[in-house]
Amino acid sequence: MAAASTLRQTPLFARHLALGAKTIDFGGWDMPVQYTSILEEHKAVRERVGLFDVSHMGEIEIEGPEALALVNYVTTNDAGKLKDGQAQYSALLYPHGGFVDDILVHRVNERHYFLCVNASNQEKDFAHIVENSLDAHGRERFQAKVTFVSADYAQIAVQGPRALELVQELCEAPLADIRYYHFVDGTVAGLSARIARTGYTGEDGFELYVKPADSPALWDLLLGKGKAYGILPCGLGARNTLRLESAYPLYGHEIDASIFPPEAGLNWIVKQAKGDFVGRDQVVEKLEEGVWRKLAGFEMVGRGIARDGYPVLADGTAAGWVTSGGPSPTLGRNIGLCYLPVEIAEEGRKIEIQIRNQPVEARVVKTPFYKREKP
Amino acid sequence: MSNYPASFRYTKEHEWVLVEGDTGTVGITDHAQSELGDIVYVDLPQVGSTMAQGETFGSVESVKAVSDLYAPVSGDVTAINDALAKAPEKLNSDPHGEAWLVKVKLTHPDEIQHLLSAEEYQSYIEG
Repeated sequence: MAAASTLRQTPLFARHLALGAKTIDFGGWDMPVQYTSILEEHKAVRERVGLFDVSHMGEIEIEGPEALALVNYVTTNDAGKLKDGQAQYSALLYPHGGFVDDILVHRVNERHYFLCVNASNQEKDFAHIVENSLDAHGRERFQAKVTFVSADYAQIAVQGPRALELVQELCEAPLADIRYYHFVDGTVAGLSARIARTGYTGEDGFELYVKPADSPALWDLLLGKGKAYGILPCGLGARNTLRLESAYPLYGHEIDASIFPPEAGLNWIVKQAKGDFVGRDQVVEKLEEGVWRKLAGFEMVGRGIARDGYPVLADGTAAGWVTSGGPSPTLGRNIGLCYLPVEIAEEGRKIEIQIRNQPVEARVVKTPFYKREKP
Repeated sequence: MSNYPASFRYTKEHEWVLVEGDTGTVGITDHAQSELGDIVYVDLPQVGSTMAQGETFGSVESVKAVSDLYAPVSGDVTAINDALAKAPEKLNSDPHGEAWLVKVKLTHPDEIQHLLSAEEYQSYIEG
């Protein structure tokens, strides 16, 4: 673990301290894990609205006449399907087919793509994209420029059923017109912002990309105006319980260099038809052969909470491991995700989680554990 | 403000013990509950089992993590706080009172001398 003094801070760090946040080392960033209570923060997002500082996330821009060709060569999803102002979930793969990272690709226009990547992977992702944009002689294969722009952006996520009303108070553009996984470049409270209807909580909401220097003023305004909606600032603790209920993968847990997209249930972001991309041959081979293990959801039957890394047993034999686990505040049950052999990963199958040397009964359930009712 | 009763003795692992006669009542400190956050599960030993100073005797789990409980004293467990199974959140609201964990009959009463006073504990956590 890095010493406290070497941890990176977001431009909102002073706000977090003033709000009494507990902070943790999250991939080299000193980030708020909770302000008051993870349970209360989780509930605020499910029932009202929560405010997250996600400025640690990385941003990479790809611009030029062949920007699309480069984006499609380094990612798995088909960016050619995107319209201006649309975003898609995608992934960067190694040539062997394992994950470099999972990312969001935004099409600003046909010559300009904006990638949002995981905080702890951002330098690695940038290097990976640059490396794959060159041929064996180090010459550029695409007429496109790759720029690491993380320092130009802070990111604030406003999430929950009241998020739309709250952000609308600070915006002139009609936000209800922005569909899910779409974005507009506009202003919020007079500050330029990329306003994206995306999120990592399973609720409706927005992710606002703003200049770092503007972010404290925007944070204060959202918290102030948000009082009328019952807003709470939320830390990474609630972000994790919210995304786990929605069964969204988290890099380093459900996905990493050793996991292939079909194992993680992410075939839907792999588009073979678009042509060649890094990792394609290996992934296609896996799709044709079939994979032997896959990600499955489970809930505890016996008393106990499964945690990341705990072994999973089936019929008394080692069968896999827990990738993420914990209590589900919304469901009031203890849930988790794990890798299991395909033949065991069947809904209703009895398994056991090895909790501190004690096997405790659990059963495979379908995911997501929680899905919001759409109006 | 945290208030650490002077009648308790404390461990560096953030448990407390109150000794009355040959009985010790054991719990976790306010600092421990605050660091853990929302406590959702408590695993306690059975009545009749024994615990040894410095050894784990159970665990508490918050939303985000699991944490071992270390015995501040050695003894035979004579009672456990059953109410915590249904209401583990009491450990957040009243860790020095209603949310005690176990009572033990001390087998080595001298051990208490190795523990921290309230003042020593407070400077330890502030250090």
